[in-house]
Amino acid sequence: MAATRIKKNTGLRLFIQTVIGRAYPRVIGQQREKSWLFFDVFLPLIAVSAYVFVYRAIQAPQEYIGFVVMGGAMTAFWLNVLWSMSSQLYWEKEQGNLALYIIAPNSLTAILLGMALGGLVATTLRALAITILGSWIFAVQYEVASYWQLFLVFTLCMVALYGMGMMMSSLFLLLNREAWHISNMAQEPVYLISGFFFPIKNLNFWVAAGASLIPLTVGLDAMRQLVFPAGASLGFLSVNTEILILVGLSVLFLVLAQVLLGYMERLAIREGRITDSRN
Amino acid sequence: MQNARTFTPSADKSAILWRSFRTATWLGWQIESNWADPFLFAVYSFVKPLASAGILVIMYSVITGGAFDEPIFPYIYLGNAFYIYVGAVMNGVSWAVIDDREHYKTLKYMYVAPITVPGYLLGRGVARMLIGTISVAITVLFGVIFLNLPLSITTINWPLFFVTLIIGVIMLALLGLILAGITLMIANHVWFLGEAVAGALYVFSGAIFPLEVLPAWIRPVGFVMPITYWLELIRRALVGNIAAAFPTLAQLSDLQLLGILSGMTLVFGIGALVIFRWCENWARERGMIDMVSNY
Repeated sequence: MAATRIKKNTGLRLFIQTVIGRAYPRVIGQQREKSWLFFDVFLPLIAVSAYVFVYRAIQAPQEYIGFVVMGGAMTAFWLNVLWSMSSQLYWEKEQGNLALYIIAPNSLTAILLGMALGGLVATTLRALAITILGSWIFAVQYEVASYWQLFLVFTLCMVALYGMGMMMSSLFLLLNREAWHISNMAQEPVYLISGFFFPIKNLNFWVAAGASLIPLTVGLDAMRQLVFPAGASLGFLSVNTEILILVGLSVLFLVLAQVLLGYMERLAIREGRITDSRN
Repeated sequence: MQNARTFTPSADKSAILWRSFRTATWLGWQIESNWADPFLFAVYSFVKPLASAGILVIMYSVITGGAFDEPIFPYIYLGNAFYIYVGAVMNGVSWAVIDDREHYKTLKYMYVAPITVPGYLLGRGVARMLIGTISVAITVLFGVIFLNLPLSITTINWPLFFVTLIIGVIMLALLGLILAGITLMIANHVWFLGEAVAGALYVFSGAIFPLEVLPAWIRPVGFVMPITYWLELIRRALVGNIAAAFPTLAQLSDLQLLGILSGMTLVFGIGALVIFRWCENWARERGMIDMVSNY
């Protein structure tokens, strides 16, 4: 019986193959399971509506409604990073997949990168849907100052944010049941200190500076400055400064993710946490 | 065999119900609290609600320049604080289905055990209600100490407050039972169901803004929800004069509101039991009691 030879990829080819392999279910899953259109767009829109009506109740200027819609759209990225990046390895451990990831002859970094890319594509679609619907429902007007700067800020923000997600996922590798609670706890406080629903400038300078370690804080502030006429006057730092911060954060988180992932993987293996599922 | 304890199965339905409720309460508390040391658990219990309140406080402060003395501020702040109960109690009951079926994979054992399942689910919600109570208390206390929330022990209408609170918690638990029944019937997105319902109620019940702010065609949705009346009564009990400044339900007296809330709770109570039983049968027939979707 003639055995079929399987062509095996190694090195960079294997890395890319792994990235595509892990991104694939996240992107294709969107097409097969259309109900996300309701749950992933409807839920953030509810939060957006609630905050819009609060602003209307206190007679806020119209641009604040736009700030809320934009912030509401960006919550999709934070939730994706929290639940589908950071705590993903915990879920994989719960399902028994994590050991398979480690056993397989591919890099864990490639798996996380695939998760990030797949998640980014899927979440961008959700955020876009929230922005379009929210802007339509609440009559938000945009006036883009610079398209290329806007594209650059968004791209850098996503690189830094998903780099942060990759780094956090390595920390979550050691967690059990507390992973769920910690992700749950990190939602609202980040909405607060990152200024998802108000300009970050209104916080104390040092609080805002500290919060700038979260890429969405500066990313959102820069994007608001670029798309709303009154945005620049309500910005925390200049757009160029915020772009530089985002470049720094991107490098920092990607390097830290690589270093921490290796360290945490070794630690988790040594402490027998890879297959440990403590409910 | 020496020293063997004899176990007499109880035939009394109310005794089984009470036993199921009591044991589930203890179990729920263990699940909710024993994942961390007490300090981390305490931080967890107050960070999230304070952050939610913080978002509203800063939004308000940015626009009004910190005019916390205006009647709209306590309206928003107290509505948001007591809305914590909605998520805690309603989702606490329905989440037990997800937890037991998907996570611990023990729901089928609950069905073969000599317990009353609705009693068990309601008991599981008590732990979250207790945590919710701590969160509400801390949020309100924070408002009084740091934001001049006009709340005074001497001016609070305590009987109205406690009666409203108790009826409200029962009403929310019964809404949770309806959600639990629906959760039994569906596989995908059960995780989001409670959040979606709580989110929708947050907007339509005027928890953080007067209903007049909503477009006129949406407002009637708020009037058929018991949570609207519950929050109004809570505000009246705590800051009566300020609550009266908003016209939404101003034409109704406290007693009328209490009557509406009690009537709705009764209707929801009967509805919850009927709906839960129907959903449960539906789920049994389709083999969904022990279904694990890994979704």
